[in-house]
Amino acid sequence: MLGNLLKRNAAMSVFSRGLATGVAPEAQKLKTFKIYRWNPDKPAEKPKLQDFQVDLNKCGPMVLDALLKIKDEQDSTLTLRRSCREGICGSCAMNIGGRNTLACLCKIDPDTSKQTKIYPLPHMYVIKDLVPDLTQFYKQYKSVQPYLQRTSVPEDGKENLQSIADRKKLDGLYECILCACCSTSCPSYWWNQEQYLGPAVLMQAYRWLIDSRDQASKVRKEMLQNSMSLYRCHTIMNCTRTCPKGLNPGLAIAEIKKSLATD
Amino acid sequence: MVKRLSGLQREVLQMYRQCIRAAHRKPKESQHNFIRYIRGEFHKHRDLARKDFSTIEHLLRVGYRRLETYSAPEVRDIH
Repeated sequence: MLGNLLKRNAAMSVFSRGLATGVAPEAQKLKTFKIYRWNPDKPAEKPKLQDFQVDLNKCGPMVLDALLKIKDEQDSTLTLRRSCREGICGSCAMNIGGRNTLACLCKIDPDTSKQTKIYPLPHMYVIKDLVPDLTQFYKQYKSVQPYLQRTSVPEDGKENLQSIADRKKLDGLYECILCACCSTSCPSYWWNQEQYLGPAVLMQAYRWLIDSRDQASKVRKEMLQNSMSLYRCHTIMNCTRTCPKGLNPGLAIAEIKKSLATD
Repeated sequence: MVKRLSGLQREVLQMYRQCIRAAHRKPKESQHNFIRYIRGEFHKHRDLARKDFSTIEHLLRVGYRRLETYSAPEVRDIH
């Protein structure tokens, strides 16, 4: 009887082709997300993991889509930072399945038998749910003076020119979006957040060190010449492994060490 | 005998003093508003358990950040 019913449905769908009739409803594909929750308005309550189920057939492919779907349909109090949804703003950095990455660039694991755990960036103070406090990170970024410093004005009075070869040196450095994935994956940074600058900031320090237009490299190097700011890097390379943009902060730090050693 | 305070308790008291001092640097007519606000904020968590370290540390961080905000000379009054 069921077979008959199916046949009839199939026949009907032949006739109804072209009309705005729905496709036969697909089976639900429920995936469980375990998401870290903590509410600052009730500071005495301990943080907990909350389960959410999302039908993957009705959801976009990325973890950010699932998070926004949860926020829209299930629990509007879920708090997270997001902006561009294409990996260019670095807002949605979080720890997904044990790996720091951008929620907008991380595909949902289609295996529904496994749960996906989502935490805020590790070893950072949490403001709420998935939002970490990045004040210290931005202060450190400010401390490396990430801007062009020159004593002389350009000859033509307009632009500071740069050769193609010099510009090439900045590739793989300037793409960094400061999402803090690398810094918060570094054990050295976990234990010495106050003094060690961390891979993201050091990579930007290097980006300004090797810029052919910058004339303050002596001062910049002196700032790093102590045991904490730079030399807490023990080449653990978690930074390179986790970088959602595929950059290599570990290499940049090694290059700084090299140039400081030959000074 | 006076009971000895723990490090965390002293930190909280220190922050309270700093807050009140910041309030006294404000214009005369709005000082009592600041003091009322500060006392109110501290009062909210008065019955927090003494051993609830992580919560107290969190509130200390929040408190310092707010102190930084309202101790700026541009902030003249508070409600």
